Amino acid sequence: MVEALKEIFSAYEGEKGAVIPILQKVQAKLGFLSPEAIGDIASFLDTSSNEIFGVATFYSQFRFTRPGRHTVHVCLGTACHVKGGGTILETVEKEIGVEAGGTTGDYKFSLERVACFGSCALAPVVVIDKDVFGRVTTSKIKETLKNYD
Amino acid sequence: MDGKEIKAAPGDTVLKASKKAGIYIPTLCADKELEPYGGCRLCVVEIEGVRGQPTACTTPVAEGMKVLTQTPAVEKIRRTAIELIMSDHPADCLICVKNQRCDLQSAAAYLGINQYKFKRTSRAVNPDTSNPFFVRDLNKCILCAKCVRVCDEIRGVGAIDVAFRGFGSVIAAFGNQPIISSNCISCGSCVSKCPVGALYLKNEKRPDTEIVTVCTYCGVGCGLSIGVRGGQIARVLPDPNSEVNKGHLCVKGHFGVTEFVHHSERLTSPLIRVGNNFIKSTWNEALELVAMKLGKYKGPEVGVISSSKATNEENYLAQKFARVALNTNNVDQCARLCATPTLEALTAAFGCGAMTNPIGDISGAGCVLALGTNTTVSHPVLAMEIWRGVRRGSKFIVVNPKETELARWASLWLQNRPGSDAALLMGIAKVIVGEGLEDKEFIKGKCENYEAFKTSLNEYDLDFVENVSGISKEKITQAARIYGTVKPASIIYGSGITQHIYARDNVEAAANLAMLTGNVGKPSSGVNPLFGQNNVQGACDMGALPDMLPGYQNINKDEAREIFDAAWECQLEGTPGLTVTEMMKEAGEKKLKAMYIIGENPVISEPDSQHVIEALKKLEFLVVQDLFLTDTARLAHVVLPAASFAEKDGTFTNTERRVQLVRKVIEPVGDSHPDWWILCQLARRMETKGFEFANPSQIMEEIAGLIGEYAGISHSRLGSGGIQWPCPDKEHKGTPILHENGFIRGKGRFTPVEYREPREKPDAEYPLILTTERNRYHYQTGTMTRRVTGMDMLKHEEYLSISKTDAERAGIAGGEVVKVVSRRGELKVKAKISDDTPEGIVAMSFHFPGTPTNVLTDSFTEPSMRTPELKLTAVKVVKL
Repeated sequence: MVEALKEIFSAYEGEKGAVIPILQKVQAKLGFLSPEAIGDIASFLDTSSNEIFGVATFYSQFRFTRPGRHTVHVCLGTACHVKGGGTILETVEKEIGVEAGGTTGDYKFSLERVACFGSCALAPVVVIDKDVFGRVTTSKIKETLKNYD
Repeated sequence: MDGKEIKAAPGDTVLKASKKAGIYIPTLCADKELEPYGGCRLCVVEIEGVRGQPTACTTPVAEGMKVLTQTPAVEKIRRTAIELIMSDHPADCLICVKNQRCDLQSAAAYLGINQYKFKRTSRAVNPDTSNPFFVRDLNKCILCAKCVRVCDEIRGVGAIDVAFRGFGSVIAAFGNQPIISSNCISCGSCVSKCPVGALYLKNEKRPDTEIVTVCTYCGVGCGLSIGVRGGQIARVLPDPNSEVNKGHLCVKGHFGVTEFVHHSERLTSPLIRVGNNFIKSTWNEALELVAMKLGKYKGPEVGVISSSKATNEENYLAQKFARVALNTNNVDQCARLCATPTLEALTAAFGCGAMTNPIGDISGAGCVLALGTNTTVSHPVLAMEIWRGVRRGSKFIVVNPKETELARWASLWLQNRPGSDAALLMGIAKVIVGEGLEDKEFIKGKCENYEAFKTSLNEYDLDFVENVSGISKEKITQAARIYGTVKPASIIYGSGITQHIYARDNVEAAANLAMLTGNVGKPSSGVNPLFGQNNVQGACDMGALPDMLPGYQNINKDEAREIFDAAWECQLEGTPGLTVTEMMKEAGEKKLKAMYIIGENPVISEPDSQHVIEALKKLEFLVVQDLFLTDTARLAHVVLPAASFAEKDGTFTNTERRVQLVRKVIEPVGDSHPDWWILCQLARRMETKGFEFANPSQIMEEIAGLIGEYAGISHSRLGSGGIQWPCPDKEHKGTPILHENGFIRGKGRFTPVEYREPREKPDAEYPLILTTERNRYHYQTGTMTRRVTGMDMLKHEEYLSISKTDAERAGIAGGEVVKVVSRRGELKVKAKISDDTPEGIVAMSFHFPGTPTNVLTDSFTEPSMRTPELKLTAVKVVKL
């Protein structure tokens, strides 16, 4: 059992349906859902690891690999898509060398695509960690990425 | 429905009702044994007063409901649903194994689909071929999730689930890794359920004919449908009509038959020892030699080991051969190692030493108490019945030192110390009596000797029981309250409580508990031993026992002997003979000089195997009859090649007393012959009368004439399904539940059980307890399963399961080869650190002759009990 999870589980004793909140708390604690953590969640909830995996993969909020130090979210919602979000994503992919959903080998960046941030007026939008970058261009985003280490 | 008035049962779905009424509604995801799913949207219908088009498979029927199954709206939805499925389903029907047996093809044909409506897309993933027995080609998957549901709902495994979402949805094992890396048990139930070609068996060819027979592995007795092509087994499928397995099998039955039957190492002609070598001989030469040699040793000098793998007819002939041709009662079989404590204790308590209730009613129990059984591994198909009950919400109490899969299913798991089962059960009984939960009426009306039993409970103070078993008083009380109040309650148990030196105490304690709560003679109750071999029950019924004649007639009773003396035209010896273990001892002392071993491998299976080898080497004459040159056969003077279960007719009696027909599927391999034929040939050459049988059906006629329980049984009757004995006459339908009209022995007899410490105790020198266990992929001494390539891939070698704490203490790491030493022997084996094994206990199977676990175990037996201790051996683990 991953020690850090005991505390999370203790709040859900007897609540066998609390899969999603548990997954969320575990991810918040560990940064991602490791196979071991899923195993522990499954045994806590009396089900198979695979069933937890099946549930978790349905939601885009869960990740199964260790994230990078910074997460780059590229928006591909309707407005951003129209304003060239796709090209921005391609640029970021080339720049950091991983595809959406991946993490760089040095664990510096994780790259995610999102459907909409609700900041359509600023399209196309990129969010790195908690910083929002609006009306980005391919050259701007390349420069922005350089500011992270 | 469609204007026709139809009747349905409450709780039926509209789909089920339509089937009953003969109205066809297409579906791809519904299955009669799976819960409604509503995934494929093909079974949509219109129901008056219901908005939209609900799915027939998820809508329960109601009185007066008006259903239309064929309207334009329904038609449109069905067509679109199937056109969407077809848009990403490969159109390579000609090279698909399911061609012409495909539900998608049938549904498309029914709906008259004649073109692709949507743009074709494809998944283009490589088929997962990681499992040795089946392929998962997810390109063809239609996401009906039947595989997911059967794996979870029916098998209780949950190896796969629907993962990801939208077009990316796939049926995935954990982490979307190849299936081999998951907890898949390779049972193949998913393959049987797949409506399309996404899951298919490797190397499957369509057979010319299919023949239904009974599996040769464990005591569950699953029906097999064996496909034959060109005289060879082409595939093995579950018999969908079998009442026992209902269309499911385990990995051994499904995939472990073909290869051993057709293995190149099968013995194909008799072998005679010349010096250190074997030379091939003709049957005539070998039989003459055996008849001549065995004829010299009569009475106490000779012994026969029959086989609980062989048919009833063969066991009957083997004991008759021993008693009539060799004039000895030295006849026994491996039931000695697991089943005889049951026979003795349950006969004494109830009057019959067999499973009281059928397998099929375990799921109906309100409470199931499972003692010393790792059912999902040793009896996987029977475990489905337990799982069905657990899913229904029955209380499930598991007593096992190891964290088995059952322990994870349990509502209460009592992780007791090995050797403390009787004490624990008596402790539970004490709480039941103490709290007044006993069934006073049942005890008073139907049982005897209760007071003596009650007095014996005084010894089991809960502090004492806690101390002996390691189970807290609270848990003991909890178990007692559940078992004592939830009705009906069923006890099931396996070799975990019978492979002990004082095993009879354990079974007696279990029988006491069942009588105490009135749980005998009713549906879903009783005391239910799960036998390890396909025909343990039958071999014992047939009298392949040193102290019992066929039908459990005591050999020392004159009245019993007189019947058989007359029937067999002989003069039977009245003194009981030797057990397997005792025969080995006497052979070692050169008192027993000749032995005839049929289909058993005592060198690997018997305790203290070094002594068994030495004993067998001292024999003047040893005949071994087997499929392969086993470690035992290598020591023989003559080896006779036997035919496998697939090559002969006969009957097996499964663990629930169901006598089932074994049918000849293929001709005997090489020049092998069935055991019954060989026995008849030998008897004739020894000029013994009463072996003039042309076929096993005639042998069964003789059996039916002598064993009351089998009186109504004949091969012709069994053709249409098995019969559970007692079956006293030709019209009788069999007896699924024993003792329904009172106990067979008259009154149920309570037995006081005194606590006895295990003889074998850990100490400073040997601090750990070794317990032997089973593995899912192998069977007994590995003679059959070790020859199946896929099984070897799934489990290649023996290992020692050891807890992390004990491993650290011994300074060993997982995967390291260590030495295991007991007071009798030692061996080297790889260690595996396992969370399932508690501190102080280590476990090994005995399926690998290269790691003969039984060199460590003790063959000592108590004269009054006569079973050795296999589940408890003091050992030390030494770093090399």
